Amino acid sequence: MIEDLLHEPLRNSLDHCVKCTICETVCPVSNVTPLFPGPKYAGPQAERYREQGEPVDEWSVDYCSGCGLCTMHCPQGVKIAELNAHARYAVKQRGGVPLRDRLIARPTVLGRLGTPVAPLANAALRARATRVLTERLLGIHRDAPLPAFAGRTFQGWARKHEGPATGTKIVYFHNCGTEYYEPDVGEKVVAVLEHNGYRVEVPKQDCCGLPLQSNGLFEDARKYVLRLARALAPHARDGTLIVGNATSCTVMLKREAREILGLEDDPDLALVSRQTYDVCELLLELHDRGELKTDFQPVEEVVAYHAPCQQQGHWIGKPALDLLALIPGLVVHELDARCCGIAGTYGLKREKYQIAMDVGADLFNQVAASGAGLVACDSETCRWMIEHGTHRRSVHPVELLHQAYRL
Amino acid sequence: MSPTLHYDAVVLGAGVAGLTAAARLAEGGARVCVLAKGVGSTHLAPGTIGVLGYDPERVEKPADALPGFIAAHPDHPYALFGADAVAPALEWFADRVEAGPQPGYRYTGGLERNHFLPTAVGALRPSALVPETMAAGDTNAPVCVVGLPVLRDFYASLCAGNLRRGGIEARAVEIEVEVGRVEANALGLARRFDDPAFRAAFAGRLALLLRPGERVAMPAILGLRDPHGAWSDIQRRLGGPVFEVPTLPPSVPGIRVYNALVAALRAAGGRLIVGAEALGVEREGERVTAVRAHTSGHDTLFSARWVVLATGGFASGAITLGSDWQPHETIVGLALRGMPAPGEPRFAGDYFGPQPMSNVGVAVDSGLLAEGTENVFVAGAALPGAVPWREGSGEGIALASGHCVAQSVREREGAAAAA
Repeated sequence: MIEDLLHEPLRNSLDHCVKCTICETVCPVSNVTPLFPGPKYAGPQAERYREQGEPVDEWSVDYCSGCGLCTMHCPQGVKIAELNAHARYAVKQRGGVPLRDRLIARPTVLGRLGTPVAPLANAALRARATRVLTERLLGIHRDAPLPAFAGRTFQGWARKHEGPATGTKIVYFHNCGTEYYEPDVGEKVVAVLEHNGYRVEVPKQDCCGLPLQSNGLFEDARKYVLRLARALAPHARDGTLIVGNATSCTVMLKREAREILGLEDDPDLALVSRQTYDVCELLLELHDRGELKTDFQPVEEVVAYHAPCQQQGHWIGKPALDLLALIPGLVVHELDARCCGIAGTYGLKREKYQIAMDVGADLFNQVAASGAGLVACDSETCRWMIEHGTHRRSVHPVELLHQAYRL
Repeated sequence: MSPTLHYDAVVLGAGVAGLTAAARLAEGGARVCVLAKGVGSTHLAPGTIGVLGYDPERVEKPADALPGFIAAHPDHPYALFGADAVAPALEWFADRVEAGPQPGYRYTGGLERNHFLPTAVGALRPSALVPETMAAGDTNAPVCVVGLPVLRDFYASLCAGNLRRGGIEARAVEIEVEVGRVEANALGLARRFDDPAFRAAFAGRLALLLRPGERVAMPAILGLRDPHGAWSDIQRRLGGPVFEVPTLPPSVPGIRVYNALVAALRAAGGRLIVGAEALGVEREGERVTAVRAHTSGHDTLFSARWVVLATGGFASGAITLGSDWQPHETIVGLALRGMPAPGEPRFAGDYFGPQPMSNVGVAVDSGLLAEGTENVFVAGAALPGAVPWREGSGEGIALASGHCVAQSVREREGAAAAA
């Protein structure tokens, strides 16, 4: 069984666990609810009792939001979040995956359905009655932050967009959030890249499979991520870099798909994984080389910056902070709260919404205390959650660069 | 091709040694980036700064004992940078904590005398510099040890019993608190004690159980974000001295140390990347030009003029012992020192005894520059020649060596600028 094979390297890492509890101190979920017993307990400890091929029945792992902070902070290199993802897959294999999870894990399906009828769909999503009904029928919490369909797609814009004829070629991986909900963010990313001498290619592309993976639908997730790898790889073979603005989706391409879905041997994914950059990572490196344009005009604004968990999972620190520091007039408060709570689709679920709000409370309070009118954050689902929890506008850091460039 | 980022200094490791070196370098104007595989030992340590506790008998006055200790241990880290380098490091640390994110929280003491503070098992552990919230542990006055049954990492009766055996009048009481399962640990309770209403109610119930003249010992859970507020508030409400006793990990006072040092680093413009494991280095002759780190998808090169290795020793995996019985420093491949000679014993039968293998560490000069390199400095447990668990010296070595490394780099920068 493929799961057995790919599970071995992860499982071997658990012997490095010295039970120091550092992961327990950083877990956003187990610090607010007893339903998830914590990364150490559910991860390396429980893993010792799991026998491959034997039935499992521990739904507590489904309360892990998959943020990955445990793995990131572990000083011993134990793949805690990854082990938990496998345990979640196993328990869902046995117990079944609800229709809701199958639905919300397919943003492209939702996007294609909602986009043509955006005004109607958005009105329905705003109406209390529909939300109550959706909660009863599907289990999507009535108060959970759902984005509004843009009514157009980013690909539609990109097809008509005439970029510069020359420049360094770069491939833009825009993700589903940009495609269906925030095409304007994608347009700004392209504008900032073009301003810095790039010629941006936008291949046809689909979902990276991350929501499927985090909902325990590994087989479907593999299909999606490999399809995406096939779409992107031909553009990257000549050394062209791939850049994305959705830090969760880019970390899926960089690492999670290979590690969690066991796709280490796929050459297309390996290539894409190696050449994918987060947009702030790319721009900071450009700046380091002295090649980033710094013709920034003042932006007189106080902004709070939150680095999402999966942005942290790039293990590159917080490049957005260094970039935002280049903008004259901009006052940036770095927040140190861990997680906004949403974790992609986690906080949408009826039984998990309150947990997500409890996780996010620290962040929301810090935003309020910072006096910032605006919150910068790299991941779209986190931005929607932050807007929901703080009643302040939340933007991608590149939007602020775009504003400062006056493009 | 790996992307490259340029810094003046790259520091490997986010324990006390690494964060101290990094923050101090950043304060001197250097562009600094700390790379850490994970969070360091701070979260496991009691948060006290022991400099010299045993030589081998209990040390009352570290300032007086250090010169003799250094003379007797010429290979010890303290012998490299000298006794005089320790006090400024302690002072620097105390200043950073006081200016840190925990309002009013401060350390007290220094090298003049050791504080003998009760541990969770009621033994007295010597430390030079201690959080103000623990200082009242250092007297022989009668003590009431307070346990919270939900906190299963701290047994008040065990602590009190051993204190009595040591000649201190001690008794245990327990206070039930209404907390959920997620808060039934040191960190969760510390967050509750940040809440004035919670601690007021707690102090109100505890006050009824206290006898006149008793000190109060509590597990170290008095606040995470506002420990000074929590501790002083409870002390005021009880009308007598209250002190914290470090618990099993997660250590709340240790997390406060981490938070304070990270805040000092950030305030000085330094960067910290947790999760980026250093894999190796690029070099030109004896000069290390960049550190290669494992970042997601592709490696990243962190180019630097100065590299500080503060990755720890055997326990953290920074030094390994090969099947050929040769020790290796895993990132730079630095020359090591202190390996027992062939035929000599490598390990002692007594687990907590002075293990010969623990002397192994990176060979450095008196400026903590690694042998065979032009620009790699070493701080903390990667240094050879110490038996920290016997000496009660681990935090002191980490702090003083981190502080010294920054000094060495500054001096070389100054010399280079003058040239």
